[in-house]
Amino acid sequence: MIPLTWYLILSGILFTIGVIGVLIRRNAIVIFMCIELMLNAVNLSFITFSRQLDSMDGQIFVFFIMTVAAAEAVVGLAIIVALFKNKATVDVDEVNLMKW
Amino acid sequence: MIALAVLYVLLHAQFIAAIQIMVYAGAIMVLFIFVIMLLNLSKRDEEAGEGKLFLQKPSAIILGIVLFVMIGVVTLKSVLQGTKGEYTPENINSIGNTQLVGKLLFTDYVFPFEIASILLFVAILGAIVLTKKGVLGKSE
Repeated sequence: MIPLTWYLILSGILFTIGVIGVLIRRNAIVIFMCIELMLNAVNLSFITFSRQLDSMDGQIFVFFIMTVAAAEAVVGLAIIVALFKNKATVDVDEVNLMKW
Repeated sequence: MIALAVLYVLLHAQFIAAIQIMVYAGAIMVLFIFVIMLLNLSKRDEEAGEGKLFLQKPSAIILGIVLFVMIGVVTLKSVLQGTKGEYTPENINSIGNTQLVGKLLFTDYVFPFEIASILLFVAILGAIVLTKKGVLGKSE
């Protein structure tokens, strides 16, 4: 069996890729995908700890995280569509209406 | 995303693996592809944001590597231990993973479960309202 530490390392790699992606890309859709990637990384570590501790709570939590991720994806993509209708771009630098 | 589902099966979480494939490969990815198709982006949009991030890009990469090293050090140095629960893999497999998740969802976690259903409902309504014609463009 694969040591559980490697699952956590993979989770860390995925989370880091997500963070870097959010920081260096200006395309709203790509930023959104990176957020999904971070949520998935957290899910993986939840399942790993659940397996390690012989507990079901982690799996229940992952279930709820997936629910929230689905809701977040729906609303976020709706926002992106509305944004594109208004500004005809998905570049987040162009969206500075609320900038002081 | 499908590779993650395989890892969940390896970790004795078959129900979560099935949900992962259904929700991510089935729903969220299709949603993304639909939005990309709807937006009909051109090459100009793709290159619009380049060149403005001359300071942020390298620093973000360096900070990302630092973050990963920190996660790796913490993971490798720490010993995984804690109070063991009652659900060992043999225990789970004798009852059935899905049955156990369902039982817990409707007993210990019934209140978060109902909250999640309300959240999904509000998300549906929000998406409909946001994508309606002229909701955000009224001021112009």
